[in-house]
Amino acid sequence: MTETFSSENSVGIVSSSTLHFDQPLELDCGQQLENYQLVYESYGELNKDRSNAVLICHALSSNHHAAGYHDPQDRKPGWWDQFIGPGKPIDTRHFHVVCMNNIGGCSGSTGPASIHPATGKPYGPDFPPLRIRDWVRAQARLGERLGIQRWAAVIGGSLGGMQAMRWSLELPEQLRHCIIIASAMRLSAQNIAFNEIARQAIIADPDFHEGRYQEHGVHPRKGLTIARMIGHTTYLSDLAMGRKFGRELLSGSFDRGLYQEVVFQVESYLRHQGAVFADGFDANTYLLALRALDYFDLAREYGNDPVAAFSHAQCQFMVISFTSDWRFSPRRSQEIVQALIDARKPVSYAAIEAEQGHDAFLLPIPRYPQVLGAYMNRIHRES
Amino acid sequence: MSIVTRRETANLFDHRQLEAWLRPGARVLDLGCGDGSLLFHLQQRRNISGYGLEIAPENITACIDKGINVIEQDIDDRGLASFATNSFDCVLMTQTLQVMRYPEKVLQEMLRIGTEGIVTFPNFGYLGTRLSLLLKGRMPVSRHLPESWYDTRNIHFCTINDFEALCRGLRIRILDRIFHGPGFLTHRLLTRSWPNLFATTAIYRLRGPHSRRHKP
Repeated sequence: MTETFSSENSVGIVSSSTLHFDQPLELDCGQQLENYQLVYESYGELNKDRSNAVLICHALSSNHHAAGYHDPQDRKPGWWDQFIGPGKPIDTRHFHVVCMNNIGGCSGSTGPASIHPATGKPYGPDFPPLRIRDWVRAQARLGERLGIQRWAAVIGGSLGGMQAMRWSLELPEQLRHCIIIASAMRLSAQNIAFNEIARQAIIADPDFHEGRYQEHGVHPRKGLTIARMIGHTTYLSDLAMGRKFGRELLSGSFDRGLYQEVVFQVESYLRHQGAVFADGFDANTYLLALRALDYFDLAREYGNDPVAAFSHAQCQFMVISFTSDWRFSPRRSQEIVQALIDARKPVSYAAIEAEQGHDAFLLPIPRYPQVLGAYMNRIHRES
Repeated sequence: MSIVTRRETANLFDHRQLEAWLRPGARVLDLGCGDGSLLFHLQQRRNISGYGLEIAPENITACIDKGINVIEQDIDDRGLASFATNSFDCVLMTQTLQVMRYPEKVLQEMLRIGTEGIVTFPNFGYLGTRLSLLLKGRMPVSRHLPESWYDTRNIHFCTINDFEALCRGLRIRILDRIFHGPGFLTHRLLTRSWPNLFATTAIYRLRGPHSRRHKP
């Protein structure tokens, strides 16, 4: 779906900012990043007492460009533009919205494609492995630099929801609300399996060169394409794919008596989506983020007890799931909700009827913007 | 969604009554919490903390708007097994029992989860209802039961006597009960003397057979 640029309910033309940090960032793996840079965007004014800041945590393949357009000629706005803007659920007339490219990313923040200051070469596979906790730490550093002591809300979908949950445990006094959309306290074996297929596709690409593809002047485009194809398939529901493509052919024919190679619409779509993604994304970043996703287990350090984990939280929670999402199913969200209830934390939960699968969290399907908007309004009213 | 749970006859006097039965700061679960006005009222007056279960989308948005903790959960589909035993001081169910697919199970579950339970329901034994059926020979439609038989969410009507028989059968203790009639003075006396015939609404405060705590 392409949107035409309109400034009416859009944050309009936006630009990214980059900040450099010299204070080392301690990482969960025991290593540290001596210095690094973070790129972010923000929309809406920060109020006088700095109480209206909202942090958006991005998911696996997105970045800091969450809303608006970089250029009037852009075909597409930021990845969550339909939810962030004046009059939208996360209303920029009320909130100062910040979205940052996570550390280890490939959109401007220090990551595997950045130059290692010690060697003068790209980090590549030598970039330290990251956990979601490291992303939260880096986000907190950005907040500190921006003078935000307490976020009105930390919001995330999917992998972003995991970051939001981690925020509530790691820095409980630094957020008032935590909004967790289409997420889970940890991945299932099936989820890890899909991620492993994606990883193997990248590693098997002859252009991968054990992660040192930059030094060889190539990029494992094929592998990354396949990785994205498998991911993308799991983000959609059977029904949504059926509705969108059915068994329609792009080319070829099944007519008897002549042979023409058949290409289904869905094949062409996936190849296109995969290729577009592979052109703009770094393979090492993708591998790193998939691992962070797999390793995440909210309650691991709390005796594997989600109730014990959430008992450290001090904020209020909103949890949203989508009925046809089989990658992060409503069941996973219900587990979060139940743990929060048992930990005696304020929580609301909406199970949105949707046929779009996991992708629904990015789309303004009926009820979803209303529910999120109602919750955001309540946050606005109390601040 | 198949069934909408919404309190219809809930009004201020219901709220006042329930309020008197809850200790300040109680932890409350409201099954079929509607637009959250009861929980809101109890929060204001009794400083309770609580959650409501609800399935109607417009009610869920209304609760969120009010700042009420609302959980979208269909009790008929998912049951209440995920809630721990004795994890709430009180589980409420106002005007919702009769729309449940398994009222008996829900009743037992609510008294497992809550130390106490409060249930309100429309009394199908009410004289007006009986007369309507007797004289017109058709399923009663009235101010208290406004829906026709084919589009009602109420699938398990009972009378006050039915309800108390079920409580006896399940060894549920009735701690308190209050009956409401249409309102005027003579009727009130009748309501108190012959509730099964003159009450339109019944309110019960209950305790399960396995409840560990004693009556305060």
